[in-house]
Amino acid sequence: MNLKLRVWRQADARAAGKMVEYDAPDVSPDMSFLEMLDVVNERLTEDGQDPIAFDHDCREGICGSCSLMINGTAHGPMKGTATCQLHMRSFKDGDLINVEPWRAKAFPVIRDLVVDRSAFDRIIGAGGYITAATGGAQDANSLLIPKVDADASMDAAACIGCGACVAACPNASASLFTAAKVSHLGHLPQGQPERYRRVLSMVSQMELEDFGGCTLYGECQEACPKEISIDNISTMNRDYIMAGVGS
Amino acid sequence: MNRATRFYQAAIGKKAVMGITGLIGIGFVIGHMAGNLLVFRGPDAMNAYAHFLKSTGELLWIVRLVLITAVVLHVIAAWQLTLQNRAARPVGYVDRKPQVTTFASKTMRWGGVILLLFIVLHILHFTTGTLRPSGFFDEADVYGNVIASFRIWWVTLFYVIAMIALGLHLYHGAWSSVRSLGYAQPSKDPLHRRIALGIAVVVWLGFTAIPVAVFAGLIA
Repeated sequence: MNLKLRVWRQADARAAGKMVEYDAPDVSPDMSFLEMLDVVNERLTEDGQDPIAFDHDCREGICGSCSLMINGTAHGPMKGTATCQLHMRSFKDGDLINVEPWRAKAFPVIRDLVVDRSAFDRIIGAGGYITAATGGAQDANSLLIPKVDADASMDAAACIGCGACVAACPNASASLFTAAKVSHLGHLPQGQPERYRRVLSMVSQMELEDFGGCTLYGECQEACPKEISIDNISTMNRDYIMAGVGS
Repeated sequence: MNRATRFYQAAIGKKAVMGITGLIGIGFVIGHMAGNLLVFRGPDAMNAYAHFLKSTGELLWIVRLVLITAVVLHVIAAWQLTLQNRAARPVGYVDRKPQVTTFASKTMRWGGVILLLFIVLHILHFTTGTLRPSGFFDEADVYGNVIASFRIWWVTLFYVIAMIALGLHLYHGAWSSVRSLGYAQPSKDPLHRRIALGIAVVVWLGFTAIPVAVFAGLIA
């Protein structure tokens, strides 16, 4: 299939960027979106042009490195799928595809489609972990956790920190990311001692990073490649309010 | 920094304030609508009800103060959140396609501005009698004020439009306030909001019925 791409090109953080059109001929429907970009880049390199910079690593949907706003939706048209797992069979011959970086004040563009997502690392650094050193894994079932809690925790822990929630949110809010990180520990006994300190620190850091607030559009849940529920945001809000009201 | 300031500085704190003040507003509009429907039971029922409210004296003023405070806090928090949210994305997308954003959630800000304007005009119209589109105003004859006003097409139209804004505001707000406050039950489909839809439809129909019925000549 033959496609046309319109890609955001920006030389560095301070340069002005613009959408540039490229032809992508002879694309196989079995290619992933990133493989298609690889092929486009190969041709650009052979022609002596700068290849399009984009983030990627595992290419199996678990690392959270890939991003891309594809035709106006984060990670493209497939629900519950990261860009690396999106295949070109989701497009039609002759399609014009817009490819843009995540847009948020907290995610400045470094180059082309690559943005700086270290704001997420700083939110985790503010408390998204358990401070006690616990040694090796203990024996299975020595700590009993109700199935409902274990499931809720695992669903939240599926977050790969890609930033699609921020990208899709009309307010560029990081609420779904922070909520997932708050509630995967909040559902487990190990997370209890620091539960309220954690939510206060992580929410404060989220504010410092200049993300917007949640107004419950629901776009984050729809864009999330791990389909993390906005129920987690409600859990985070409850913990934050409890932490503010309690001691 | 004291705890209350720190709490309010986060968007979640502001949303908690919006949620609580919003729920106060929802409670008020449901009661207000139920009271207004007495207009269908004739002038005596309506005027007796209005007289009863006035006779509560200090209690009425306490309720009014709570409501005014709620509106002021709701508007201030909304204003601050809007500025924060707009600043969070200084460079927009060339192409962005919202997937699940409802018309109601998209119009919360402008709809809220319309409702604020409506509240001010509505108080000047029916409470203080400052605005008299029909020329008639009698503090003791609430029923008469209603009938005289809604015979005028543009007064009726303004109220009908304002109630569409209220219905939409409630459809998003009655659902999102509970979620902002952290009281949502885990759900297979968190975007579903049957209770909010019910509240929005009932309040919208209840309020809209009055000006429309008067204008159509069903009550006189």
